[in-house]
Amino acid sequence: MAGLSAAVPAASQTTPRISFEKYTLPNGLQVILHEDHSTPIVAVNTWYHVGSGDEQPGRTGFAHLFEHIMFMGSQNVPVGMFDQWLEAAGADNNGSTTEDRTNYYEVLPSNALELALWLDADRMGWLLPTMDLPKVDLQRDVVKNERRQGVDNVPYGRADETILAALYPKSHPYSWPVIGSMADLSAATLGDTKNFFRTYYAPNNATLAIAGDFDPARAKQLVAKYFGAIPRGPAVTRRTTVPPVVIPRDTFLVLEDKVQLPRLFYTWPTVKLFAPDDAALDILAQVLANDKNSRLYKKLVYDLQVVQSVRAVQESSRLTGKFQIDVLPKPGQAAAGIDRLVQAEIAGIISKGVTRRELVRAQNSFRAQFLDRIASVLGKADALNSYNYFAGTPDFVQQDAARYDRVTAADVQRVARTYLGKPKIVLTVVPEGKRELMLSAAGGVK
Amino acid sequence: MRALTRITTSAVMLLTAHSVLDAQTFDRTRPPVLGPPPKVSLPPIVTRQLPNGLRLMVVEHHELPVADFILLVGSGGTADPAGKMGVANLTAAMLREGTTTRKSLEIADQIAFLGVRLNAGSSWESSTLSLHTPTAQLDSALALFADVALRPSFPANEFDRLKKTRLTELLQLKDQGPAIANIAYPAIVYGSSHPYGARLLGTEGSVAGLSVADLQSYYGSNFRPNNSTLIVVGDVTPAQIEQKVNRFFGGWQRGDVTPVKYTDPPKAGITTVYLIDKPGAAQSSFRIATVGVPRSTRDYFALTVMNTILGGSFTSRLNNNLRETKGYTYGARSQFDMRRAAGPFIASAEIVAAKTDSALIEFMKELTAIRQSVPPEELSKAKRYLQLQLPSDFETTQQIAGALVPVAMYGLPLDYYNNYVQNIEAITPADVERVARQYVNPGSLAVVIVGDRKSIEPTLKAVNIGPISIRDMTGQVVQ
Repeated sequence: MAGLSAAVPAASQTTPRISFEKYTLPNGLQVILHEDHSTPIVAVNTWYHVGSGDEQPGRTGFAHLFEHIMFMGSQNVPVGMFDQWLEAAGADNNGSTTEDRTNYYEVLPSNALELALWLDADRMGWLLPTMDLPKVDLQRDVVKNERRQGVDNVPYGRADETILAALYPKSHPYSWPVIGSMADLSAATLGDTKNFFRTYYAPNNATLAIAGDFDPARAKQLVAKYFGAIPRGPAVTRRTTVPPVVIPRDTFLVLEDKVQLPRLFYTWPTVKLFAPDDAALDILAQVLANDKNSRLYKKLVYDLQVVQSVRAVQESSRLTGKFQIDVLPKPGQAAAGIDRLVQAEIAGIISKGVTRRELVRAQNSFRAQFLDRIASVLGKADALNSYNYFAGTPDFVQQDAARYDRVTAADVQRVARTYLGKPKIVLTVVPEGKRELMLSAAGGVK
Repeated sequence: MRALTRITTSAVMLLTAHSVLDAQTFDRTRPPVLGPPPKVSLPPIVTRQLPNGLRLMVVEHHELPVADFILLVGSGGTADPAGKMGVANLTAAMLREGTTTRKSLEIADQIAFLGVRLNAGSSWESSTLSLHTPTAQLDSALALFADVALRPSFPANEFDRLKKTRLTELLQLKDQGPAIANIAYPAIVYGSSHPYGARLLGTEGSVAGLSVADLQSYYGSNFRPNNSTLIVVGDVTPAQIEQKVNRFFGGWQRGDVTPVKYTDPPKAGITTVYLIDKPGAAQSSFRIATVGVPRSTRDYFALTVMNTILGGSFTSRLNNNLRETKGYTYGARSQFDMRRAAGPFIASAEIVAAKTDSALIEFMKELTAIRQSVPPEELSKAKRYLQLQLPSDFETTQQIAGALVPVAMYGLPLDYYNNYVQNIEAITPADVERVARQYVNPGSLAVVIVGDRKSIEPTLKAVNIGPISIRDMTGQVVQ
C-alpha cells in the first residue's frame, strides 16, 4: 500500500463557503438567497419546521400525508395545476418529510422563478379555502400505496418501525416511523388537515431558500410581492429536548417476514445532529462498514464470507440519534455465530482503537461528500436551509466539514466504548414460521 | 392591504417605484406571465482519437475542483457467449478486485484514501468504469482508474467470493415482486433466443458454471480501445487531458471485436395476462410490455413526446389517472427503452392488490386513448417540459458526463443537444398520433403481473382483456 502514501492528501482540499444573504419578512418568513450563475436555472427550497416528531398520538404519518396534500392546489391553483404549470415551465418539483422538518422544492429555468414563488406563496397563504375531504382521501390512498411500496411489500421493510417502537418510549417523538401506520392514516380527518396547517404552516415557521441564476434585488421584490401579504401565524412551540434514552439491558426482538434469509439489526441510542460526538460516530460507522477494508466487511464479508452484506450508520436528528449495524448472514449461517463475530469486531475497536489510515480514509470520504453536496443549486439551497435550522446559521458548511477533520483516533475509540459498549436493541427478521432462527440472549455470547 | 403596506415600508431599500405599484395592484388569481426562457448554450464537446482507436470526449466545467471520467466500452450483457449469462456483469464487477500491481484490498484502500468514487458496471450493450475525483488527486486517481481498466488480473479467490455473493443475490431476488417482474417480462416478450430475453445478472445455473477463463476471454474480446470512448468532464482542459490519457491509455492494445447479432424478436401474439404468483403480496407489480424501437429510430423525438404525454412525467396520463385520480398506486409510468436493436416499451406501476383488476382496466384505457389525437395544450405542455428541462440536465460534472454517454454509444452528432429543442419543437399532433398507433397496440401486449394469485386471478379473469397464463419468474409456463 506504499504506492499511494506520497499522493496529495485529500486534507489539502477545503470545502468552499456558500455565500448567502439572509433576511426576515415582517410576517416572520426567513429568506436565504445564494447567487450562482453557472447554469441558467434556479432552485426554490422551502422548509417548514414541522415533521413526524410533532404528530399527535393516533395520527402517525400525518406530517407526511399533509406534505402530499400541499400539492393538491390552493385558492388560486386548481387541483392538478400546481404540477401542470410547473411542468409546462420546464420545472422539476417535489417535497419530503422527516422526523424534524418538511421541505418542498422546485428547480426551474431562471425565467420561471416567479411562477414557483407564486405557487409556493399561494399554498402557504391560501391552502384552506379550497381544501376538502376528497383531496385528503385521494392522497391518503396514494400514501398508503407509498407505504406498501416502501415498507409492507419490501423484504425487511417493517424492521425500522419495529426497532423504533422498542428503542424509544411511546411518548418519544421518534418512536413511530415518518410514513405512519395504516390505521392512523385511515383515521386522519379534514379537521386534522386544517388544524395542522393553522398550527405549523405559517410564514413564521418556514424558511425560503433561493439558489441559482437570479438577480437578488428582483428576487427580493418578488418574495415581498407574493409572500408579504401572508399573515403571521401563532407562535409555534415545539419540543426542544427529549429525555435521554436508556436501555437497561440488551433487548432481543423477532419479526417474521416474507424473506429467504434472516437479517440482524443492532441499534444503540446515541446523540443528536452536531452534538460533540456526532462526527466521531459518523467516522466510526465508516471504519466499521464503509468498504472492503472496514472492520466488519473485511472480517465477515471478505475474509470469512459468512455474511452477504453489512451496513453501519449514525443517524442523527434534531433531538437525538441512534447508531445501527445490520448484517445479512449467508444461507445456512446461524445468527449466534455471526453475532459473536460482530461483537468481537466492536470489542476490538473499544480495546485497541483504530489506525491512523482508517481514520484518514474515513475523513477523506467525508470531505469528498461535501463537495458533491454543493455541486447543484438544489443541493446548496437545501444545505443552507438545513444549516439554518439545525445549526442556527446558514453559514455552516465549512464548520460542518471541519468537524470531521478534528476527529482523532482516540475519539473514535471513545465513542465506540461510550455508545456501542452499552445495551442495545437486537432485532432478527426471520422467514415466516422460523422464529427459532432469531438471535436471543441465550444464543448470544453473554 | 395591511400586510401589503408593511411590505412596502419594510423592504423599501430595494423596491423600485415600479414594484411598489406592482405589489399593490397585481392579480394573485392568475399565474405570473414569464419572460422568455434563458438562451441555453451547452458546453462544447472536444473530441480526440488516440492512435490505438480510443475516442476521447472532453467538456470543460470549472465550477468546482472535481472531474468525472466514464470509460464506456461498447459491449455488455448481449455479448455474453451462449450459456454464459452473467459474464459481462461479473467481468465488470471483477475490475476492482485486483490488477497486475494492486490487490483487491489495496484498490479499496486507495479509493477511500483519495476520497474518490470508482465504480464498474455493465448493461445490455455497454460496460462502464466511472471515476469521480477531486482534481487535487487527479494523477493518482487516474493512475488507479487506468490500472483497474487495463490490467485486471481476475484473481481466482476474488472471483469465487463474488460468484457466491451473486448466487445469494439471485436467491434474494425472490423476496421482491418488482424484481421478479423485471426479470420475467423480458423473458416473456423476447423469448430465450433473443439477447434481450436474457438476464444480465445471469441465473443460478449460468453463474455457477462460470470460470475465470470465461471472464478473461470476455475481457480480451471486448475491452479494446477501438471499442471504447473515454468521457471526461470537469475542472480540466482538453490539452491537459489528452496528454494524461495518452500517458495512461496509450499502451492499450487494439483488438477485433465481434459485433453482436440480433435475431428478430418473436412476433407479438394477442394481449395476454402473464400472472406470476407472489403469495401475500401487498401490491401487484405491473409490467405491460411489447417490443419497441432501436435508438436509431427516425421516430425518436415523436416517441419521446408521445411517451411524455402517456407516462413520462408526473402529470402524464398514466400517473394522473392511476395515482392522482384513482389513488391505486404511488406512481405509474411508461418508457421506450431504446437500445442498438429494438428494446422494450413498458408501462409499469406497483398497484394495491385489491385494485389489480381496476388498474388493469385503467392501464388499457390509457394505452388505447393515446392512439387518438392529443389536445394541443397537452402536447404543448409535454414539449415545453422536455425543452425547458434541458439546462438542469447539464448542471454538474456527473450529469454532463452522463449526458454524453448516449452521444458516444449511438454515434449521435456532437451538436445533438444544441438541436434538441428544435427537434422537439418540430413534432406535430399528427406525428404523436402516428407513432402512438404504430408502436402502442393494445391488442398485442404482454401484461405481466406479479402478485397474490389467489386473490387477484379471479378478478383478472372477470376483466377479460385476454387469456391468463400462469408463469414463473423466468417466464416459463407453470404446469
